[in-house]
Amino acid sequence: MFEAFDALTLARIQFAFTVSFHFFFPAFSIGLASYLMVLEGLWLKTGKQLYLDLFKYWLKIFAIAFAMGVVSGIVMSYQFGTNWSVFSDVAGPVIGPLMAYEVLTAFFLEAGFLGVMLFGMNRVGKRLHFAATCMVALGTFVSAFWILSVNSWMQTPTGYEIAANGQYLPGESWWDIVFNPSFPYRLVHTVMAAYLTTAFVVGGVGAWHLLKDRANLHARKMFSMAMWMAAIVTPLQIFAGDLHGLNTLEHQPQKVMAMEGHYDSHPDGAPLILFGIPDSEAKTVRYAIEIPKASSLILKHDPDAPLAGLDTIPDDEEPPVGIVFWSFRIMVGIGFAMLGVGLWSLFARWRGKLYEWSWLHRAALVMAPSGFIAVLAGWITTEVGRQPYVIYGLLRTADAASPLDAPAVAASLLAFIVVYFTVFGIGVWYILRLMSHTPHVGELGVKRGDTGPIRTAGITPGPTQNPGNEEPLPDSKEDV
Amino acid sequence: MDLTTIWAFIIAFAVFAYVVMDGFDLGIGILFPTFDPGRERDRAMNSIAPVWDGNETWLVLGGGGLFAAFPLAYAVVLPATYPLIIAMLLGLVFRGVAFEYRWRDPNHRKFWDFAFTGGSLMAAMAQGMTLGALLQGVEVVDRAYAGSWFDWLTPYTLLCGLGVVAGYALLGSTWLIWKLDGEGQAHARGLALRSARATVVLMGAVSLYNVFLNAEYAERWLTAPEIYFAAPVPILTLLIAVSLIRAITRDRNSKPFWLSIALFFFGMAGLGVTMWPYVVPPDMTIWDAAAPERSQVFMLIGVAITMPLILAYTAWAYWVFRGKVGDEGYH
Ligand code: HDD
Ligand code: HEM
Ligand code: HEM
Repeated sequence: MFEAFDALTLARIQFAFTVSFHFFFPAFSIGLASYLMVLEGLWLKTGKQLYLDLFKYWLKIFAIAFAMGVVSGIVMSYQFGTNWSVFSDVAGPVIGPLMAYEVLTAFFLEAGFLGVMLFGMNRVGKRLHFAATCMVALGTFVSAFWILSVNSWMQTPTGYEIAANGQYLPGESWWDIVFNPSFPYRLVHTVMAAYLTTAFVVGGVGAWHLLKDRANLHARKMFSMAMWMAAIVTPLQIFAGDLHGLNTLEHQPQKVMAMEGHYDSHPDGAPLILFGIPDSEAKTVRYAIEIPKASSLILKHDPDAPLAGLDTIPDDEEPPVGIVFWSFRIMVGIGFAMLGVGLWSLFARWRGKLYEWSWLHRAALVMAPSGFIAVLAGWITTEVGRQPYVIYGLLRTADAASPLDAPAVAASLLAFIVVYFTVFGIGVWYILRLMSHTPHVGELGVKRGDTGPIRTAGITPGPTQNPGNEEPLPDSKEDV
Repeated sequence: MDLTTIWAFIIAFAVFAYVVMDGFDLGIGILFPTFDPGRERDRAMNSIAPVWDGNETWLVLGGGGLFAAFPLAYAVVLPATYPLIIAMLLGLVFRGVAFEYRWRDPNHRKFWDFAFTGGSLMAAMAQGMTLGALLQGVEVVDRAYAGSWFDWLTPYTLLCGLGVVAGYALLGSTWLIWKLDGEGQAHARGLALRSARATVVLMGAVSLYNVFLNAEYAERWLTAPEIYFAAPVPILTLLIAVSLIRAITRDRNSKPFWLSIALFFFGMAGLGVTMWPYVVPPDMTIWDAAAPERSQVFMLIGVAITMPLILAYTAWAYWVFRGKVGDEGYH
């Protein structure tokens, strides 16, 4: 199946495949952990059953998504050594400690408190349980902090020295390594991406249930909360993305050239290419639809500013333009679509029709998976745009790989593809099934020890199975 | 003691913590088919559901710590044992998702139970064989693995794999003696007895094999003055094995479990005597592979601050779920 590829290409496909799959889950669980924290906090503060129900509804989904994130993450922590051993050897002294910090400060925190969060409601009391939920949410954020620092250092390396044996060694200050120039932008942009991804999933599920029953209070609450997030965070995200791009222009100019499709330099104002088909042979973008001077305006805040193009870069340092060009447009397109939904929801809210306008609900439903696509497209832009380097400007991807035989990598790649698609495909199916259940009063938490089928719909169980059920039930629309 | 030695001990501690903690999870997975598909399986699963993720994190610390403190060893060992590592990771994928999936899909519970066992077995076997592959020596030229991609497959590594499988089964069954009562406990007792015997026999076989495997290992164990330091290890191991087997037949609580851990501890100590100061036998010492001092110091600060906290909240999480697993389960 993979005879045509050499070991390097296979290793790259394998890494891209496993990390893309991995990131799907954190993109969702970083946001969802925070959402759960907010829901439980609101429940403690207001005592309203509604929040507890929503908490339990999403907790079951979180449990599955988190498990998939963990197992695919374990794979990642060994991928550096299995597929990129030269990279691991030379970069280990710099990025290894950051990843060790991630384990110590994030993974243990998440995993240590996850058990109490999922199963401990009856055993530890409400406040302590809430503390556990907060720790899990904090853990997901800290995890993003460290791993994005690692990734950013590979994009914009600073604070290192080069040893005689070829290793990169930490310089005087770890601060320079951790807070390398692209890290703050990447952290902000990625964490907001995770929040948006979750918001659109929650909003999509709310919308789906509103389309079936507009009066469902649980669905209303979910939808309303999600639309607030969409309306507030999307503009911030676009703003952050713009800053991120400006920063990239400064540190990785050829990535931006590829994103913009600028094969040629433009001494007096570069056009913004909206769409077109990049042709790397002919070094031109075919069928381009352009806005004159707009690219210089965005990137330099001056319509006449000169912008260098890929013609200033040696051919063997050029990233693959087509992929970067398109993935960037997909991300930005989705960003603006999200903005549209956010604004529409504000308008509907202002008119008092948030729960009435079914076209808004349909749009939110269609947008439910959009965060995942944007996140993936964003990462592809980032990672492919830094090629041919794995440590930008220092170590080429081709020089970083492990001394493995192609058949070994091909076999493992095939195994990953088969296992991931089946195992995670089934997991996603279970999640969708949980989402299709109508949220209702007296939602069950993650349940164990019951040999019968898991009952999630239509049954109001006794208090032993459902702590917090003693609380007064919501009875009026003011709750929403 | 220099920093590199301290780091060797930290990694050894992480590996040991992983082996005993995820060891009992994997052991329960390995023994799963012997339990009744109904209540017995549910209870066995419930006894580990709240803690398995934390247990598995020690593996990430072991791997991540190796990457950070001994990058060269990480860069050599993983390509050398590539198929084993991939097999272990895929095994852990199946085992990990089975915890959630089996409850979500009662119609396919049998399948996920099978995946739970298959994944646990594959991971345990691969871990044992990786250890064996390391002990039998790895060919290194110019800071890179220089062997071929089947070097790890020998009778010796298979023996090590079986040893680890038996050892994990022992940990799992003694954990269940602690966590279950009534019939389930009686069943666990029977399993524990058999796995204890198998573990002791296989540990002995691997130790003997070691002596023949490598002249340097033999010298460690069999000549003076090393023998005075080394000899207590097998003797204490045997004493523990004897009291373990007695405890399995009599005790109703945690004693067999702690004794199994002690058995593993001395196994680890023996391993230390054998390997020291090599991280990748036969040639690469911990100092050859070590990260520079700045990296080690930076991480050591992190370990010093976080490790007490980690141990404290991990202990708390275990405490929350203490006692026998009841029928009502967790919610
Ligand atoms: C919900 C997800 C999402 C959305 C709506 C957007 N992005 Fe994004 N973007 C990401 C999620 C993301 C990401 C997955 O988080 C990336 C990949 C790596 C990174 O730092 O963030 C990313 C990377 C990324 C980069 C690459 C930076 C680099 O590699 O150096 C740029 C320039 C932008 N984004 C800009 C934008 C703009 C102008 C957007 C507005 C429409 C936008 N993004 C919307
Ligand atoms: C923050 C942690 C990450 C690190 C440290 C990291 C590291 C790397 C490395 C070492 C490569 C080079 C290997 C190669 O060229 O194939 C790479 C490539 C790649 N990564 Fe990442 N990555 C991270 C996150 C992600 C995420 C979250 C995604 C996707 C969702 C992603 C998508 C890709 C893709 C598509 C490539 C292939 C580029 C190519 O080969 O042309 N990465 N990454
Ligand atoms: C190559 C890069 C990466 C590696 C080596 C890696 C490693 C891991 C590992 C080992 C775990 C399991 C931890 C556990 O046992 O609990 C994990 C989970 C997780 N990772 Fe990654 N990861 C990578 C990329 C990323 C990125 C880019 C992010 C986010 C920005 C991220 C965020 C998380 C989070 C939040 C979890 C918790 C599980 C979940 O939420 O699903 N990781 N990762």
